[in-house]
Amino acid sequence: MKTRLDVTLTVNGERVTRSIEPRLHLIDFLRLELGLTGAHAGCEHGVCGACTVRVNGEIVRGCLTLAASLEGARVETIEGLSDSGEIRALQDAFVAHNACQCGFCTPGMLTTAADYLAQGGAADRAAIREHISGNYCRCTGYQAIVDAIEDAARRRAGGAA
Amino acid sequence: MSAPRTPESLGLSRADLPNSYIGRSVPRPTARKLVEGRATYTDDVSLPRMLHAVFVRSPHAHARIASIDVARAAAAPGVVRVFTGADLAKVCDPWVATLAHLKGMKSAPQYALPLERATWQGEAVVAIVADTVAHGEDAAALVEIDWAPLPALADIETALSPETPVLHAELGDNLVFTRTADTGGVDEAFANAAHVVEATFVSGRHTGVTLEPRSILADFNRAEGMLTVWHSTQAPHMMQGVFAKQLRLPESDVRVITRDVGGSFGVKVHVYPDEMAVAAMARVLGRPVKFVADRFESFVSDIHARDHRIKGRIAVDADGRILGFDIDDLTGIGPYSVYPRTSAIEGNQVVNLCGGPYDFKHYRCTTTVVLQNKTPTCQYRAVGHPIATAVTEGLVDLAAERLGLDPIELRRRNLIRDDAYPFTSPPGMRFEGLSHHAALDKLVAMVEPEKLRAEQAALRARGVYRGLGFASFIELTNPSPFMYGIGGARISAQDGCTVRMDPDGSVVAMSGVTEQGQGTEAILAQIVAHGVGVPVERVKIVTGDTRVTPYGGGTWACRGAGIGGEAALQSAVALREQLISVAAAILQAAPETLDVAMGEIVDRASGSSRMPLAELGRLVYFRGDTLPKDAPREFVQTRHFITKDYPFAFTNGVQASWLEVDVETGLVRLLKHWVVEDCGRIVNPKLVDEQVRGGVVQGIGGALYEQCVYDAEGQLRTTTMADYLVPLAADMPDIAVGHVETPTRESLLGAKGAGEAGTAGAPAAVMNAINDALRPFGAKLFAQPFTPERILTALGRVAPR
Repeated sequence: MKTRLDVTLTVNGERVTRSIEPRLHLIDFLRLELGLTGAHAGCEHGVCGACTVRVNGEIVRGCLTLAASLEGARVETIEGLSDSGEIRALQDAFVAHNACQCGFCTPGMLTTAADYLAQGGAADRAAIREHISGNYCRCTGYQAIVDAIEDAARRRAGGAA
Repeated sequence: MSAPRTPESLGLSRADLPNSYIGRSVPRPTARKLVEGRATYTDDVSLPRMLHAVFVRSPHAHARIASIDVARAAAAPGVVRVFTGADLAKVCDPWVATLAHLKGMKSAPQYALPLERATWQGEAVVAIVADTVAHGEDAAALVEIDWAPLPALADIETALSPETPVLHAELGDNLVFTRTADTGGVDEAFANAAHVVEATFVSGRHTGVTLEPRSILADFNRAEGMLTVWHSTQAPHMMQGVFAKQLRLPESDVRVITRDVGGSFGVKVHVYPDEMAVAAMARVLGRPVKFVADRFESFVSDIHARDHRIKGRIAVDADGRILGFDIDDLTGIGPYSVYPRTSAIEGNQVVNLCGGPYDFKHYRCTTTVVLQNKTPTCQYRAVGHPIATAVTEGLVDLAAERLGLDPIELRRRNLIRDDAYPFTSPPGMRFEGLSHHAALDKLVAMVEPEKLRAEQAALRARGVYRGLGFASFIELTNPSPFMYGIGGARISAQDGCTVRMDPDGSVVAMSGVTEQGQGTEAILAQIVAHGVGVPVERVKIVTGDTRVTPYGGGTWACRGAGIGGEAALQSAVALREQLISVAAAILQAAPETLDVAMGEIVDRASGSSRMPLAELGRLVYFRGDTLPKDAPREFVQTRHFITKDYPFAFTNGVQASWLEVDVETGLVRLLKHWVVEDCGRIVNPKLVDEQVRGGVVQGIGGALYEQCVYDAEGQLRTTTMADYLVPLAADMPDIAVGHVETPTRESLLGAKGAGEAGTAGAPAAVMNAINDALRPFGAKLFAQPFTPERILTALGRVAPR
């Protein structure tokens, strides 16, 4: 793999340029090239969702996305979503409901949950369970996560902080 | 202050605890970093000149290594060194995983990388060390191994047959361990019983699937002679000892640092040969070497568990009294017993735990532990409990059916009475105090079975088949040295905590138990805040560093709260007394008139503030000249704790599952699940509930989905997350959790373990619910996982394979 490609993209609002191997996946680009270790590589075959990040407003699997395909893209990770305060209410709900135990799935789970809320998702437990079923959690049994997302959805619908 | 401490004297028994954090759902102080992606898992640590290890793994279940040619791999871009088993044997000694108290147990020596043979598909055989993982993987493809395949031992039923090849010739046969518990009189009891029912149970081989794979980063600094290992482990001190022994270093020259751990469930409390190889390679290279398993490697090399076939019989009298259990357990553990806990404990636990909740006289149970050419098995969450509970509760339900009794009623007639303690079970387990009847009463009140029975009957008439299943269980927690230490394993049953106060009144507590998401650090902070008398926000917890924390066993077998928590309480209370004695000298007051509350020295009688702890800290640390010359100055206390009266603190509980079986597709839809459990004193109710819920879902995983599927040649067919199914949010029910609190009197805190109760009972409850749903068809299932194929086969809708 001698060929390297230059790619320039925006990550958490910062423009970054790197010369990378074409085979480098987004999750490894974030973790190894940029030191953004919030998203995790859980299965590296697109099932577990621990690597979920946002690209151009859509959630994607960081382990299935080639970084070289992201020229000009806008990438947001848990670090950016935290610093901007965008998902603060959701994070507070996760803390209040103890919706994370080991925390390894949590950044991906939060990113998926934020996507649910961004799509106008309601405080509907079955719909929440369906939406997060691409994100594995081995610790919680999911109920506290559903509680937290339901809580955040309800608060948002009610206009409460 | 010389009066003996009691739970009451420490404010643990008051109904209203205004100045206590114990019993309150305090949010975890570590949760914020987890939700902001700012935790530090082992793979998040990078060091200068760090290299990466990649392993070439055996494609065969059993094969002789005729030759290895690493020349092309060694010359590949980025490769620093290639290691074979022979290379590593020079610096890393092999280990044998047996325990002396498991009489007759045997296993073969295991090396970091094998010397002559691979004995399971996925066993690491050659290690590449390269500048990047990608370069290492490129080079791994260039290693040429000439394999001579050997017959694979895949079927446990024939493992001991004379015609089956012996896996390790030096052992003489494929038997690792066998044990029988026998009260005597079993044959007579069964011969004379009004009813005997029997079944053959299968527990599917499954694995932990921690979302964070096994991860290790080892660095050997030649100048210091020091091995430092960042390790995703449950037991840093145990690993320190293992690295030291196998790499021939003193323990003082090995430091194990465990930061955040992304799930463990027992998977990360074992010695893995590939991880030993990483430490050995760092030792040789004098550079940091990192290894993070990919998911394929996790499936083929993380421990598996629960590969059992159990034949069980129960005898009952005409009144529904249980007369006895007669059980024969057979389990396969792979080619080696896993170091240092051994792979015989699971079977041994089945012998110890079957029939556990019940008062009966006659018991016979044998476990037979045999070798296989499959991934090694070892302790996984609720070791042996889900198996013993499924067998026991499955048989109890069969007996109820035979007698025409409600399953709840049969349990009421046979559960050990709540006033019968202390109680010793037929296989010799000693129970200090359990609450089976109180727990069952509470569960029945939550479940309201009569409503569900009415619903069940109404729906059956419409061709909808719902079932309600129950499972009482016991759980072994707070293990003493009787678990491992007496067998010669250097696994600590004691644990320590050091609590100190810093100048501004902040408190730092260093504990030997560890955090993998359970909330260990949160409960330690609550306990220390209570014990010292400071706001919980002022307490910082340090775990997972063998150079810093008191020596301890780490977190496994549900000992974090019960053992680590008690050490924390005792050290915190000692610090409080120390603070009071120094303050008394400064304030010229009698110590017994003072107390510490919410960060201040207060008058004990009135509660009025006498001095903030920050002022006490300022005086002692910076103006020691103003204190009386002989005044004590130590604002640090250490205590260690071990249980002494009982080998284990058993807990108990009962679960119920309500589900629907689609008799056309064989799919099971879980509707609701209930648990009542008794883990003694509850430090943080929310954390306990979440441990229970997570445990239930892991138990459901084993009951319905999870299975390591092997073919007849010993090839694992489930090596991706798309093949090995784990519970998803959409498939899981809401789980209601209730509690009975019977504190253990072995400690002041009174806490027992809570992390495995959910897993212990859930599969049995689900199994009994499925069989209840299928009762109109006379179909019964006892082989987990209860897949659609198996359900349709039991219904006679598809032919058996």
